Amino acid sequence: MNASSTVFPDQPVWEDDGTHRIPFVAYTSEAIYRKELERFFYRNHWCYVGLEAEVPNPGDFKRTAIGERSVILTRDADGALHVVENVCAHRGMRFCRERHGNRKEFVCPYHQWSYTLEGDLQGVPFRRGVKQDGQVHGGMPADFKTADHGLTKLKVATRGGVVFASFDRDVEPFEDYLGPTILGYFDRLFNGRQLKILGYNRQRIPGNWKLMQENIKDPYHPGLLHTWFVTFGLWRADNKSQLRMDDRHRHAAMISTRGSAGTAEQVTQVSSFKESMQLYDPSFLDIVPEPWWGGPTAVMTTIFPSVILQQQVNSVSTRHIQPDGHGSFDFVWTHFGFEDDDEAMTSRRLTQANLFGPAGFVSADDGEVIEFSQEAFESKPFHRTLAELGGREVENTEHMVTETLIRGMYRYWRDVMEAPA
Amino acid sequence: MTTTLNFQDWLALTQLYADYASAVDSGNWDLWPEFFTDDCVYRLQPRENHERGFPLATLAFTSKGMLKDRVYGIKETLFHDPYYQRHVVGTPVIREVGEGRFRCEANYAVFRTKLSDASTVFNVGRYLDVVVHTPDGLKFASRECIYDSEMIPNSIIYPI
Repeated sequence: MNASSTVFPDQPVWEDDGTHRIPFVAYTSEAIYRKELERFFYRNHWCYVGLEAEVPNPGDFKRTAIGERSVILTRDADGALHVVENVCAHRGMRFCRERHGNRKEFVCPYHQWSYTLEGDLQGVPFRRGVKQDGQVHGGMPADFKTADHGLTKLKVATRGGVVFASFDRDVEPFEDYLGPTILGYFDRLFNGRQLKILGYNRQRIPGNWKLMQENIKDPYHPGLLHTWFVTFGLWRADNKSQLRMDDRHRHAAMISTRGSAGTAEQVTQVSSFKESMQLYDPSFLDIVPEPWWGGPTAVMTTIFPSVILQQQVNSVSTRHIQPDGHGSFDFVWTHFGFEDDDEAMTSRRLTQANLFGPAGFVSADDGEVIEFSQEAFESKPFHRTLAELGGREVENTEHMVTETLIRGMYRYWRDVMEAPA
Repeated sequence: MTTTLNFQDWLALTQLYADYASAVDSGNWDLWPEFFTDDCVYRLQPRENHERGFPLATLAFTSKGMLKDRVYGIKETLFHDPYYQRHVVGTPVIREVGEGRFRCEANYAVFRTKLSDASTVFNVGRYLDVVVHTPDGLKFASRECIYDSEMIPNSIIYPI
């Protein structure tokens, strides 16, 4: 602890071994944030980069980010996927400026160093110098090898049409990384069908990136903050629910099946519910169950640290967390459908997308509460949040009245962040 | 069939644009759906999706009823930081004049002012509109707000 300041401590002070009271400084310290980038985003972890359907053809590329580092997902002439860092091996320029496109090669405009889509350096202008009056001037040293100066190549894992990458060549296999339980929910959504991209939403949320993970690990708030859900009967306290984590508690799934017994009023116990309230246009809630659901009407999966997988009835999306400093992150939504969707299903997914995203009936307010939490954290980083609903332990549950998933994530966070370097 | 725009139509059209901007900045959200026909289309869509042919919109409404549902959400269910918004809308460009309908476009910029805070540029783009004559005057049969702004500053609550 910083002895000279009781308001602005250097290090998080946990009250005991638990993770049920989270120090504000974990969200406000630039040093802690940089350590998170290093330990979660750049080492030992798989991070989301995109969907295969975003780069369907040879030569297609998509620029995106892992942590604060710019990377490019490419598909080469043979159809293989690669992820390379968007930093020229020569002078370090972020050479790729388009966000998507199709190329035979990458050329850094500064000195025209050119790379294959796999990231190998193939050409260096004036490498052999310039011949003038029978003499050779300049050029790269004789021992310069293009093989030593490719782009940084990431390790790539694809499953069910989703692409993850890691800067860490020694990262464990992707399937082990998710663990069997979370892998099961991953495969439920991405079960091998071809995905169809419906489009993007992009928002910049002025809050610490972990708050978005926590928001989707928090089943306490939807029935209280998102009164729209409650008003129109989509959220009910008698929803059948399960909370599941991997063995290390870093990932989680919130699984719920919409209740149907009794009138919603009897079971909701929330004052904002209005039985008499009807939508002018009920097509927002034109929900058609799909065979692949296998029961649950909503499964929200948090893959630590970089992505959230959304299934809320017929609306499915990935939500990519791209941190930018300790107090802000970009949140990129990719909505998709499946190849076997008919026109009615596509239009249903698009209509239900009104509920989500930066203007969504039930998602816009998530960004707002994250912003106002961050405001308070910055003002008094010595303080802490409370996450004690459902106890102080970390456990899977058969109900939603608990903050166990948040405690689980910080159990993992402490394990990694407090380990010796 | 009329294919030229007379002065009265032009006056009514520019008045419609001015009235719309005034209404959505007024804080009286109930005024907003009344600018539309019953089976209207209202879309707020990133330029990226529009140009790449992706159908997803940030908001996509296909009836006046949906607009009224949005108003209910704004007034009753969507928790948000209160803010003022101010639209600055350019003169419409008429792309096509048909029988009782016009296809037109206009640039717009929306500024946001939060309480105790400076005014900032919030959302910038253009309207792609289909305006029709009705017994109640000109209405939008379709209004697509195609925005350039690459990042939504956290959230959009009120109508653009």
